[in-house]
Amino acid sequence: MAKASLLKERAEADRLGRFGPYGGRYVPETLMAPLDELAKAYDRHRRRRAFRCRLAGLHRDYSGRPTPLYLAERLSEQLGGARVYFKREDLLHTGAHKINNAIGQALLTREMGKERVIAETGAGQHGVATATAAALLGLECRVYMGTEDMRRQRLNVYRMQLLGAEVAAVDSGSRTLKDAINEALRDWVTNVRTTHYILGSVLGPDPFPRMVRDFHSVIGEEAAKQLKRQAKRAYPDAAIACVGGGSNAIGLFSAFLDEPRTRLIGVEAGGRGPGPGDHAARFDGGRLGVLHGTRTFLLQDEDGQVQGTHSISAGLDYPAVGPEHAFLRDKGRIEYTRVGDDEALEAFHLFSETEGILPALETAHAIAEAVRRAPRLPKEKILLVNLSGRGDKDVETVLAEDERRREADPDPAPAGPRLHGDPS
Amino acid sequence: MSAITDVFARCRREKRAAFIPYITAGDPNLETTAALLPALDRGGADLIELGIPFSDPIADGPANQRAATRALDAGTKLSGIFEVISRCRAEVEAPILLFTYFNPIHARGVERFAEQAAASGVDGVLCLDLPPEEARESYLPALRNHGLDTVFLLAPTSTKPRIKAVAEVSSGFIYYVSRTGVTGSHEPLPKELAKEVKALRRRVKLPVAVGFGISSPEQVAAVAKVADAVVVGSALVRLVEDGGMSEDLPQTLEDRVRELTAPLRR
Repeated sequence: MAKASLLKERAEADRLGRFGPYGGRYVPETLMAPLDELAKAYDRHRRRRAFRCRLAGLHRDYSGRPTPLYLAERLSEQLGGARVYFKREDLLHTGAHKINNAIGQALLTREMGKERVIAETGAGQHGVATATAAALLGLECRVYMGTEDMRRQRLNVYRMQLLGAEVAAVDSGSRTLKDAINEALRDWVTNVRTTHYILGSVLGPDPFPRMVRDFHSVIGEEAAKQLKRQAKRAYPDAAIACVGGGSNAIGLFSAFLDEPRTRLIGVEAGGRGPGPGDHAARFDGGRLGVLHGTRTFLLQDEDGQVQGTHSISAGLDYPAVGPEHAFLRDKGRIEYTRVGDDEALEAFHLFSETEGILPALETAHAIAEAVRRAPRLPKEKILLVNLSGRGDKDVETVLAEDERRREADPDPAPAGPRLHGDPS
Repeated sequence: MSAITDVFARCRREKRAAFIPYITAGDPNLETTAALLPALDRGGADLIELGIPFSDPIADGPANQRAATRALDAGTKLSGIFEVISRCRAEVEAPILLFTYFNPIHARGVERFAEQAAASGVDGVLCLDLPPEEARESYLPALRNHGLDTVFLLAPTSTKPRIKAVAEVSSGFIYYVSRTGVTGSHEPLPKELAKEVKALRRRVKLPVAVGFGISSPEQVAAVAKVADAVVVGSALVRLVEDGGMSEDLPQTLEDRVRELTAPLRR
């Protein structure tokens, strides 16, 4: 069923990879023929049994698939409503879902006879995953990362270097994910004959949004099977995932698109508040625009200049959203909400203390949404949250944020995790 | 016949290549741009490429990136750029081609953009990240309705079907990117360039301009032997950067354009 739904969605995208008015290929001419080649190579290899077996083998023996589906009993009990299940992508090798796509594209790079890969990274997870896949398959690797993100995620910087990748500091613009993508695209336009760009989310020109989605669709396919076994039904009442570019969300949701009993909820970064530059909630403050090769919702000023964003989590700190998300929102299939820095941080603490799992700060946004919803639902309802990454990388950030908050408010509410009642 | 087409016809009669300088509008501010456009014209520009600054210029090297940042920091807006063009139009003989990324056009609305550009005296538009596939629906009809030339890019990676598709939608001329890469390269011109440009000119009817990484009079002379026009961008942008708000800047640029065009006028 999951596969059939993917093929149907794919049929809706035209030759240029448009999802309704979204998507497409808005790139300099230099990249157009190489994108054609990439799309052809991808369409050929994804159908090849040998390619799929190789990928599945690496998922199983190297990355650690299938990942468990975990019923968070203590959290569910404490929230006093729906049962909350977590798809444990945090347990994958390198600590996040990103490896699904990185290995898929690295294999494709080999098939295309290219020897070098580049990638952008925000939180560092996609950079680490790409550096890992490159080491595994013997590819030269360069990862672009904004200096602001390098500061926030310095452990991941060194991890990439340990894996043999070169980390290129990007000191232009906002010095975050957006600028890292700019620089990766400049490298690609220069070295496209020898280099594949392993784009890390469902963004960019066709075929990236659909290719990255397909490589992550294994998340939802596994979760549906596991739910059937563990909860005696193959669908949740709601599936929740955080949305930066939107790859972990679309990977989870793709299995449930044709399941009308499942609400699909994407969580954007509400940052510090609704003002321009204070958040990364594209569906709340953005409008249709073109960035990094795709047409989608974009945070921009009236002149079309891309606006700055803010989120406590580097991985959600991006001004545009994957084009298929915009399409599925128009169709009313996915709802989007926002969670701010403070609430995400609270969810991070709550989850760590009640379940013994440090989630990535990105993921903490999705957990916060489950914390809002579960108490309002009866016990027989099931929430499925994509636990997209683990929080080891964020320990320093959380430490700094907690200290800053303590200094700002030395006499806070009673210690211990607080629960959010009303989401509004 | 458009003003851009006229320029190429005239250059062909004079048996020389055209010279196209590029600067970024609003760098370091719009007042300076208003002084630089006539200076480029006096120096011998046959056509002027004026860049609309954009926050995320993925096809530009460091010099043009910094120029865009300076322009945006100075508060440059599209409406201000149109005002400056219409103010300079009478003084500047060379046609003006806007060089831009798509989002500023998209944000304004393609139709409104085309209308305002034409009204201000713009002659054509080159949109860096808008291939023919994405241009057919609304961009091409809007620009054509307002009498604007639509210049598209070709690159060393372009295949034969792509050359055909680009030729079909282009008017005025075709812009050939000298290398795979971004603007402002310091690398020598690729060895295959002359052969590629000759082959391309046999394949398309429109004049072919060559740009990206051409900075010295020697390079201009070399490219002029094979192309219908030569574009120099980042090298001039670097002069603007060094000149800053100096009163001599227009004269400096005028002199530099004269030096760069000297090999074309022997």
